[in-house]
Amino acid sequence: MNIWEVVIGIETHAQLATHSKIFSGASTAFGADPNTQACAVDLALPGVLPVLNRGAVECAIRFGLAIGAEVAQKSVFARKNYFYPDLPKGYQISQFELPVVVGGQLAIQVGDTEKIVNLTRAHLEEDAGKSLHEDFHGKSGIDLNRAGTPLLEIVTEPDMCSAAEAVAYAKALHALVRWIGICDGNMQEGSFRCDANVSVRRPGQPLGTRREIKNLNSFRFMQQAIDYEIQWQIAEIEDGRAIQQATVLFDPDTGETRMMRSKEDAHDYRYFPDPDLLPLIISPEWIERTRSAMPELPAAKKQRFIADYGLSAYDAAALTSSLEVADFYEAAVAIAGKQSAKPCANWVMVDLAARLNKEGLELSGSPVSAAQLGGLLARVADNTISNNIAKKVFDALWAGDGGDGAGAADVIIEKQGLKQITDSSAIEALIDEVLAANAAMVAEFKAGKEKAFNALVGQAMKATKGKANPQQVNELLKKKLA
Amino acid sequence: MIGQTLKALGAALAGKEISSVELTQLHLDRIARLNPELNAFITVDAEKSLKQARAADARIAAGTAAPLTGIPIAQKDIFCAKDWLTTCGSRILGNFVSPYDAAVIEKFGAAGAVNLGKTNMDEFAMGSSNETSYFGQVKNPWDRARVPGGSSGGSAAAVASLMAPAATGTDTGGSIRQPAALCNLTGLKPTYGVVSRWGMIAFASSLDQAGPMTRTAEDAALMLNVMAGFDARDSTSLERPVEDYTRDLSANGSEKPLQGLKVGLPKEFFGSGEQAGCEAGVMTAVQEAIAEYRRLGAETVEISLPNMQHGVAAYYVIAPAEASSNLSRFDGVRYGYRAPEYSDLNDMYQKTRAQGFGDEVKRRVLIGTYVLSHGYYDAYYLQAQRIRRLIAQDFVEAFRQCDVIMGPTSPCTAFGLGEKSADPVQMYLSDIYTIAVNLAGLPGMSLPCGFSNGLPVGLQLIGDYFSEARLLNVAHRYQQTTGWHLQVAAE
Repeated sequence: MNIWEVVIGIETHAQLATHSKIFSGASTAFGADPNTQACAVDLALPGVLPVLNRGAVECAIRFGLAIGAEVAQKSVFARKNYFYPDLPKGYQISQFELPVVVGGQLAIQVGDTEKIVNLTRAHLEEDAGKSLHEDFHGKSGIDLNRAGTPLLEIVTEPDMCSAAEAVAYAKALHALVRWIGICDGNMQEGSFRCDANVSVRRPGQPLGTRREIKNLNSFRFMQQAIDYEIQWQIAEIEDGRAIQQATVLFDPDTGETRMMRSKEDAHDYRYFPDPDLLPLIISPEWIERTRSAMPELPAAKKQRFIADYGLSAYDAAALTSSLEVADFYEAAVAIAGKQSAKPCANWVMVDLAARLNKEGLELSGSPVSAAQLGGLLARVADNTISNNIAKKVFDALWAGDGGDGAGAADVIIEKQGLKQITDSSAIEALIDEVLAANAAMVAEFKAGKEKAFNALVGQAMKATKGKANPQQVNELLKKKLA
Repeated sequence: MIGQTLKALGAALAGKEISSVELTQLHLDRIARLNPELNAFITVDAEKSLKQARAADARIAAGTAAPLTGIPIAQKDIFCAKDWLTTCGSRILGNFVSPYDAAVIEKFGAAGAVNLGKTNMDEFAMGSSNETSYFGQVKNPWDRARVPGGSSGGSAAAVASLMAPAATGTDTGGSIRQPAALCNLTGLKPTYGVVSRWGMIAFASSLDQAGPMTRTAEDAALMLNVMAGFDARDSTSLERPVEDYTRDLSANGSEKPLQGLKVGLPKEFFGSGEQAGCEAGVMTAVQEAIAEYRRLGAETVEISLPNMQHGVAAYYVIAPAEASSNLSRFDGVRYGYRAPEYSDLNDMYQKTRAQGFGDEVKRRVLIGTYVLSHGYYDAYYLQAQRIRRLIAQDFVEAFRQCDVIMGPTSPCTAFGLGEKSADPVQMYLSDIYTIAVNLAGLPGMSLPCGFSNGLPVGLQLIGDYFSEARLLNVAHRYQQTTGWHLQVAAE
């Protein structure tokens, strides 16, 4: 069997979260009626001119800083010329020779290994409109609402060598652009879409010819498309056919990629600097101003979680998978106290996550707030309740009992009388009753059956409806049976 | 009132000697009489013009008139004007009624001027004779068998025939100055970035600049006061303090009002070998004008613009490159002309553009597409940009030695209709003296300086960046002692 190396590079179009378009004042809101959010500039009426939206530049600077790239002091907008009905000017304003962001790196986690993906560049450009081919009785409709929406095109080096790595990169990038607030990451609405350049080669050989899979708008499709493409390319070569450079589309229904256009059909885009726009000059002051307004980045936060909260690298990575999760976790710990950092991590990642998942909710829609969870875990930490009772209180919080805020758990504990029994004499009396009522078990234990001990603990806990401190019950029972 | 300057018309309106409605009607009547033959206007809409005139009269009555309030001004059909047909001289925009006003139109509107109509022009401003217009050639009022120059030929013919007191033009390679020279007018192309390009249909974005076409320098200053100014909608518009361009024009009583002015004479314009191609009659008139400037106190120095000889070549790479991209939006999809029959999308594009554009536009789109193509870009486009920088540098050097540069505007007087239209290179050489000014982004003017065989000759003034006020003053002093600009073509 032949050994094949896979080489993948990713280009991502991230729609920037500005209110207005990159070169006009029209709104970028999604879902409006066709052509209601296209002004004279977006329609490319004769005589109109573009004016750069500084908010879009700000997004590019944030991204450059987040990936440790060089933010170019001078970058240039260029025209990419081609004809298509949803491209109103007959050219797209993009950046070509001098992009706004150069270089940079992104760490990805695949299984237990961390890998660094190098980025080539990121550049600003405008989106095109949409061609609508249905409901027009054989004609096509054009919706220019999306025309002029700002995009950041983010290009990697060919650093990934499996579909899993490509997906890990896409997910890490997706998390990052949302983290720094430059893109809403909505893949269904097309706010974040990837193209994958895939080639295969035998080890030690030069790079193979690549084919580009366009417009992957879900991580699952990306995985399927790349896996299919790899197998297809290997089969072609093994059958003695050379790979031809091409652009392909993934069909989710068949699970296959199919050719959209070959290299021969490739456009000559005739890029040249757009004479309607001055070069984009970004001052060091602008960069510093942006840097000081940046949130703590995922990698730094992860390291801080390990150092400050004593979390494992795995837990810290999971809790910094999005800014929302990280903020929720830190807010809960702030109320529960640092001693609860680890249990808090488990609650957020396991109990809360499972419940949200079951109910089909996002963290932002969680009925239990970070403050409520923190208040609950504080009561576990100070032995007011056991972890088991905590689950009961959590259910009550979920149901909306106890009111808002960190004190909600206290209200529930009080109302339902869930406070742990820690009075030794009370527990002792209880144990005596249990021992008297379960003489057979006591005999079994004394005959050497260890299991009987656990049964007796269970009986004691049952008698207190779970409120006795389990540790105390254990110790006292051992003493009595000794 | 026909044939008066803007200044005189302003005084007449203010003094209630005439109303704007009457003045507008007078010019509309003249247009009705002369335009059928001269073809200077593509669109005249008396109702719209008179409505504006009535509003201007109300403003005058209310005492809130500005200097141009109530004066009819002809607008080149390259400026989008709300609810007006705006064709840019092309079939492809033959049905385009603009939904918005260009910045220049807005400014004239705010000043209370009356839009007298949209003037004919070379298609998309590509031409030096006004013969490439889809709406027919324009005739030169001085000799109706000759061209008025281009591309602002309609504006030039309208003012020269006194159908309009003044007009706007645009100048990408000489399109204000050359027709001004051929029609005995004063034309000014301002520094690139002084007048907003918003709503001015783009030919070559890095070169296009709007300016006035008038009968006197003083009128040009009044027009520029309205047209100039920063506009945030045009990223290449320059943010500078507002200027009063008439500020240097009041009489200073001196016999030698231009004492101390240093006039640079490029040896490339006047030298024996290089002047080949310039008609002797033109050169004689220009030399006489320079002699008059000496009498006014100016001193002349020889300067050199060594890279100027490459200007036309560089221009005919850069301008078509930008045009090929700027004209891509005319695709039949959203507005304008669409071929009536086609089989599919590509066929629609091809037929629409084949039928919608004329030969000269097609030629330049082809040239532009070629020079931007993969493998040719460096050799043509980048090389042309290098030449452009060298030319700009030549001017920087020159303005260390002089205040204003003078020479001919056009190497020839008005040529015959059809005489050069079969030879594009001959036509392109009409702009040999004007093109470098656009490449460098400098202000340039043409003013009447005499006649050769009965046809007007233009003197070109070139100034340093933002020296419009000085250029206007230099032109105005000459017009105070000469009468060439007051001569009017016989009807």
